[in-house]
Amino acid sequence: MIHLVRRDRASRRMAVAAPLLALLAAILSNLLLFVTMGKDPAAVFYALLLEPFLSWSSFSEVLLKTGPLLLIAQGLAIGFRAKVFNIGAEGQFILGAIFASAIPVYFPQATGGWIWPAMLVMGAIGGALWAVVPAFWRVRLNANEILVTLMMSLIAVQLLNYLLLGPWKDPMGFNFPQSVMFQYDAMIPILLPGTRVNASILLAFLAALLAWIYMQRSFGGYQFLVGGLAPKAATYAGFSQSRAIWLSLLIGGFAAGLAGAAEVAGPIGQLQRSISTGYGYAAIIVAYLGGLHPLGIVASAFLMAALYIGGDNAMVSADLPVAAVRVFQGSLLVCYLAAITFVRFRLVRTKVAPA
Amino acid sequence: MSGIEFILAGMLAAATPFLLAALGELVVERAGVLNLGLEGMMALGAAIGFIVVYEGGGHVAAFVAAGFAGVGLALIFAGLALGLRANQVAVGLAVGILGQGLSSLVGNSYESLTITGLPKLAFPGLSDLPVVGGMFVQDIVVWLSLVATAAIWAMFRYSRLGLVLRAIGENPTAARAIGYRVIALRLWAVVFGGAMAGFAGAYAATVYTPLWADGMIAGRGWIALALVVFGTWLTGRIFFGALLFGALSLASLVAQTEGWAVPSQLLSSLPYIVTIVVLGIITSNKKLLKLNGVASLGETFGP
Repeated sequence: MIHLVRRDRASRRMAVAAPLLALLAAILSNLLLFVTMGKDPAAVFYALLLEPFLSWSSFSEVLLKTGPLLLIAQGLAIGFRAKVFNIGAEGQFILGAIFASAIPVYFPQATGGWIWPAMLVMGAIGGALWAVVPAFWRVRLNANEILVTLMMSLIAVQLLNYLLLGPWKDPMGFNFPQSVMFQYDAMIPILLPGTRVNASILLAFLAALLAWIYMQRSFGGYQFLVGGLAPKAATYAGFSQSRAIWLSLLIGGFAAGLAGAAEVAGPIGQLQRSISTGYGYAAIIVAYLGGLHPLGIVASAFLMAALYIGGDNAMVSADLPVAAVRVFQGSLLVCYLAAITFVRFRLVRTKVAPA
Repeated sequence: MSGIEFILAGMLAAATPFLLAALGELVVERAGVLNLGLEGMMALGAAIGFIVVYEGGGHVAAFVAAGFAGVGLALIFAGLALGLRANQVAVGLAVGILGQGLSSLVGNSYESLTITGLPKLAFPGLSDLPVVGGMFVQDIVVWLSLVATAAIWAMFRYSRLGLVLRAIGENPTAARAIGYRVIALRLWAVVFGGAMAGFAGAYAATVYTPLWADGMIAGRGWIALALVVFGTWLTGRIFFGALLFGALSLASLVAQTEGWAVPSQLLSSLPYIVTIVVLGIITSNKKLLKLNGVASLGETFGP
């Protein structure tokens, strides 16, 4: 009989090893899956996990995708630590993209260096506004934020479709559901010449730094942590739970909205249906995989970005459907959640079944 | 056929995916477990069910296979959330993402293909009634779902099993102290919930709209989760909630065909908007939740 026994203290070694073990388990189980699908495992492994790092051009694309994932996940992790489960970052990202696009859509002739920064500000506001509903519902109406944030995401997708098929459709766009291409001044300046990596990645790293300072070094972050781990203790200590909920959701929405704005003002350059390839959901995995720790999330965002690029490669070279990346992401989180059990517990084998 | 007749005739079928998934989740939550992976379980059930019918296996095999697909994901959920005592919210999300990914993956080469659904069976006599007659012409799965609703209602109302399930959801420590095997019972509840979610998905993809499109579950699993809260964990109320959402999804179709000057995207978001509004109304009544809620819902439990 094997059973779990709580450790006297959390194992630091396991905490570091868990994501790596999870990655290994996910790689093995997915390669097995691809073999049963009749794909060549070596080709998939090469395309998915090695190729993203082998050339400067694909590595720069990994950096490009790291930006939004890092930004969104840092915002979400703050809430997750306080047990506020905002799973609607996808919708907040879309609203950020919509709010940011309003400037170039309504002022397509405008010029000046103020445009892209204004778009980023608009995007962050849009994302935060979309999170107001779940925050109000949770604090005032006692409604579960998981369901409300998710519903808000589904509504955001419909809103995006409405704008792209209706008022914001490019009149010269051959009826495609997309906005006009944005003017030059609506684009965030390129950071690394010859690539698509723009200055918004600096914002993502800045967000990581701020999150680290806030969560690890400030009293406010400590209040969050206590609120999540021991809500009763937090209440006795006078830490406001409503404040934690409002802050968690607004920060999460703000960061996701900023990421959405940076996407339309960056690599995409217009508002279109495919502005988000599931970043909002992938960022949930990124946040957990990084142990909800600001520095861990930097690593996990980079890994997830590489998986996206590797998935694109594998689609071309190993004929792997794009959905395989989502399966990989899902199984990675499953494996991680299994692995972190052993941070707090250890397996003990007993000869007799416990009474 | 007038709009009202259309809605009356179709709402049971439209409600069935919500109903089946929500009934399964009701049993799971009554036992004290929160399974947020419902959407993914439905999506995988839908894909597997569609493929079985498309490849000529027939509807019975399709539902069985979809049920097993749901159970497969439910076992992963149970292994982590019950066996390894991981956070139920996180595990539910993970299994949901995995299920949706697997659904897209296996359904990849079937995109936009269609199949034939199931024939409608008329309830003799009642089906000839004016206006409401259409309600009594339904496919076999709808009729069986009604039976399942009654059976689950009776189980919670009258049977020992229903009482035991509620006990392990209310106070697992006390239930174990008097000799019930909490984890084993919760495991069975989760397996049942997975099978029902698989059936719900199969119904959506092989009977209600017999075609395959990636993402066709479109939030119905999440609405089913909300329905359990709307129904304050009571079978009868969940049934009427499911009917309401069935009618709502048809109302948007009626509005479109009647040419109302409302953007179709607004009509498509109507179920989501209604979910948010109703959720707020129900949950703001704390007394109602306290009276009917499940005390240990979502909490990990271990020896």
